[in-house]
Amino acid sequence: MGLRDVLLGWPVYRQLTGADPLGRGAAAQSARSAALTPRTEAADRVARSVCPYCAVGCGQRVFVSGNQVTQIEGDPDSPISRGRLCPKGSASKSLVTSPLRQTTVRYRRPYGTEWEDLDLDTALDMIADRILAARAETWEDVDAEGRPLNRTLGISSLGGATLDNEENYLIKKLFTAMGALQIENQARI
Amino acid sequence: MAEAHPVGFQWVMEARKRGAKVFHVDPRFTRTSASADVYLPIRAGTDIALLGGVINYILTNELDFREYVLAYTNAATIVSEDFVDAEDAEGLFSGFDPATGSYVQDSWQYAGHERDSGSGHTATARETAAGLRHESHGAPIAGQVERDETLQHPRCVYQILKRHFARYTPEMVQRVCGLPPEKFLELARAWTQNSGRERTGCLIYSVGWTQHSVGVQYIRTGAIIQLLLGNVGRPGGGVLALRGHASIQGSTDIPTLFNLLPGYLPMPHHAQHPTFDDWVNAIRHPGQKGFWGNARAYAASLLKAYWGEAATPDNDFCYGYLPRLTGDHGTYQQVLDMIDGKIRGYFLLGQNPAVGSAHGRAQRLGMANLEWLVVRDLFMIESATFWQRGPEVATGEIVPQECRTEVFFLPAASHVEKEGTFTQTQRLLQWREKAVDPPGDARSELWFFYHLGRRLREKLAGSPLPRDRALLDLAWDYPTHGPHDEPDAEAVLREINGYDIATGRPLAGFAEARDDGTTAVGCWIYAGVYADGVNQAARRRPGGEQDWVAAEWGWAWPANRRMLYNRASADPQGRPWSDRKRYVWWDESAGRWTGHDVPDFEVTKAPSYRPPPGASGPAALAGDDPFVMQADGKGWLYAPSGVLDGPLPTHYEPAESPVRNPLYGQQGNPTRKTYRHPVNSVNPSPPQEHSQVFPYVFTVSRLTEHHTAGGMSRTVAPLAELQPEMFVEVSPELATLAGLNHLGWAHLVSARAVIEAKVLVTDRLVPLRVDGRVIHQLWLPYHFGFEGLVTGDSANDLFGITLDPNVLIQESKIGTCDVRPGRRPTGAALGELVDDYRRRAGVTPGAVPPAVTPGVPIGPPGSGGDGEGNG
Ligand code: SF4
Repeated sequence: MGLRDVLLGWPVYRQLTGADPLGRGAAAQSARSAALTPRTEAADRVARSVCPYCAVGCGQRVFVSGNQVTQIEGDPDSPISRGRLCPKGSASKSLVTSPLRQTTVRYRRPYGTEWEDLDLDTALDMIADRILAARAETWEDVDAEGRPLNRTLGISSLGGATLDNEENYLIKKLFTAMGALQIENQARI
Repeated sequence: MAEAHPVGFQWVMEARKRGAKVFHVDPRFTRTSASADVYLPIRAGTDIALLGGVINYILTNELDFREYVLAYTNAATIVSEDFVDAEDAEGLFSGFDPATGSYVQDSWQYAGHERDSGSGHTATARETAAGLRHESHGAPIAGQVERDETLQHPRCVYQILKRHFARYTPEMVQRVCGLPPEKFLELARAWTQNSGRERTGCLIYSVGWTQHSVGVQYIRTGAIIQLLLGNVGRPGGGVLALRGHASIQGSTDIPTLFNLLPGYLPMPHHAQHPTFDDWVNAIRHPGQKGFWGNARAYAASLLKAYWGEAATPDNDFCYGYLPRLTGDHGTYQQVLDMIDGKIRGYFLLGQNPAVGSAHGRAQRLGMANLEWLVVRDLFMIESATFWQRGPEVATGEIVPQECRTEVFFLPAASHVEKEGTFTQTQRLLQWREKAVDPPGDARSELWFFYHLGRRLREKLAGSPLPRDRALLDLAWDYPTHGPHDEPDAEAVLREINGYDIATGRPLAGFAEARDDGTTAVGCWIYAGVYADGVNQAARRRPGGEQDWVAAEWGWAWPANRRMLYNRASADPQGRPWSDRKRYVWWDESAGRWTGHDVPDFEVTKAPSYRPPPGASGPAALAGDDPFVMQADGKGWLYAPSGVLDGPLPTHYEPAESPVRNPLYGQQGNPTRKTYRHPVNSVNPSPPQEHSQVFPYVFTVSRLTEHHTAGGMSRTVAPLAELQPEMFVEVSPELATLAGLNHLGWAHLVSARAVIEAKVLVTDRLVPLRVDGRVIHQLWLPYHFGFEGLVTGDSANDLFGITLDPNVLIQESKIGTCDVRPGRRPTGAALGELVDDYRRRAGVTPGAVPPAVTPGVPIGPPGSGGDGEGNG
């Protein structure tokens, strides 16, 4: 590369002589950055979603390549958010792809000092057995005057408010059918 | 709002650009204050005094929107002569029953209706958080009432309101709230000048407002102002709640709450609702005006959705299967019961009470005394690891080898790994498409509960026990797909919407629900979200292609109505109040209501309609009764029932306050819910002795960069990097007084806990002069805990457990504390420090201050009987 090429390629020269006097566009570009394309362009598909943090309900576009979320951006179509996301909404991709996410079942036995592995199917079965035992031990058919109670006070639940309506519906339906009424939610808190 | 709901705040900025004046009331100067026209630093816990001052300003200067107030509110209604106002009785209303800490509401009723529905004792209503039911409808009230259209009758609501707030003067606002009269008057003037026929004003609160021992009454006070100024049911008006979580509105509508069934139907109570008819009549109140007349159809259709073919008219649709309440089964009662060993198993579904609930130590001790705990979350949160890494392990209170709790951690699917609807803060349902499969063992809650139910039913197959019938007869047949047999969320949404059982046709709205077993509806207020078999919540017509109401983006309950009570946007004759503020109006030539939104009114009921004598249900509402879910069709300035701590808001000091109530002998809310349990202590407040041991007020709120208990933000690298440390904000004056250094350490002590934080000395907090004294306030974020990328002590550990009586939500926006320089002690010395404070403050664990302040006279509660309060 001759001196002339070096000079012509120098960003300051390009900034002073080209169409980008503020040095925010073409003048600041290198060969490497010129060759970059946005992740969103390479996406296989885009899912229309909603931010999982606060209740404003900003629209999100979730860009996916293969089975990988590659980017999450604000949805400009949303009349609520008009494409904007706050720091939390903008960090959603980091949330769902975080290396800290637990992806396997963990089990701590009574009086244990460490976590152990457990198979998901076994865990589900153990939990079902414990529910049935708790019901059997704490079931109340009627009150002192013989009026129905049909319940167990041996089981509690506290749910977050990032649960879908469909999930809350099944949770309440199942717990109610098993006679568990101590079912609570962040909405109480 | 700019901090916690930043993208929503863009609309406030838009309004400001068009000339709106923005006032921000907060104990701490925030980004919202920076973008407001006027910032009012208030003493935490005194909002009723401030807003009551505005009411007094309106009434003293007769600045109410008189035509609206007369026609659409209960201002003219005459109240019983038995009613004694808190103004005349040191802060207690008539009817207080000290034995139960609750009111008998007979004397609060309208004249001539002292024993009608809505009267009676409210002890059970208080235990069961009955106030929550009014999210979709008003409390019961008698039909025909005495009125004085001149508003001169001394017992009409208008005059009662005027007397009640007469002492809430600008000077009193200054004494209570610490706000200078000029600032208060600037607010009152702007609010009234920007309301009326041509203009509307909007009140926005964040749900920290609910986290007070008088939380419901805060909101009532705001609602009274908005009704007086004609700002309800009109564009640009309203009382807007900024809820804190993606689908917290949905979690109340389709509740996972102990006292509610979907659509705000009450969970039955063993004594009040032994039969199906008792239950239904308690909801619909036969003879009552308004839309609850159809409650039988909603109730029967819910039970059909639950128990399918097994539910028939002959067996009361399996009503007998529903578990019954006997009292308070709320989350705080549960935690105390865990400590006492009464609860076997606990599910945590995306919730982190070890950090996010009040009194963190009680939460962790409770969880350490279970047989089993199931935690379903994205990350390893504090509520899963308390037995191994919690602060009580450090102090020796929890020893892993001695802690019996068996813990199952099951990874959950994230919001992009499943499909379903969130209901955001404007009651808008938005469907999310699934983007990718969840990793490894991660599954949705839909998967977990569907398959758990399937397995329970398999294990119980053939069981002869009556208690297992409800599970075995459950309609639990959802289509599944994919390698993990994921249940179809859209099929669940269709059941929530409701359908005709014979044909399977989804209902178009809740008017199609039937009480004869021919329809199944999972949540009646959501009926219509799947109308025509189309997922209406998935509609995404771009905002730019729609008008400003954007009715084709998602779906709002009820009936895709974007603004409730919008009949009030027209005058009694059905004409828009003004051209600028037209929204919904009566089209005389077409004989129907029309406008920008779905009218919140029977669409062909003319403004001139008057009900025939003896009418009930919707037919009893006149053509100019806009508040169709209220039992008298009116907006309630005065609440004769339904609000358990008084028909009018009254300033009480928080449960912990360094200040003696300047307005009444009664110090705190006499009906607040307290718990006598050894783990729960309350710092003393005047007139109790030793309140100076905890001389400072602390309040907590959110940072933009974190989310509640931190499970979804302290675990996320960019957010953790932006806000890496627990800190406490103090004013320069307090820093000098307490010897605190900027960027140094401080520790804060209450009767429950001691926590440490880095000090941020800032003029975002100012000392306030209150009733001749200087009150210092501290501010803390409540996001921190001991897990995640960034850690710190939890602010919620400082709080004790005292609840609002209407909804059983805890007072976790204000408490008292001491602050000292340096780091907190560790190990056994930590407990000793708290013990020492308790000793000096005269606090006995488990003892709570008297509900009624000594010296305040208590009248007779009235007849009361065992009426069911607000039903
Ligand atoms: S992007 Fe921010 S403002 Fe929007 S919903 Fe998410 S958390 Fe709320």
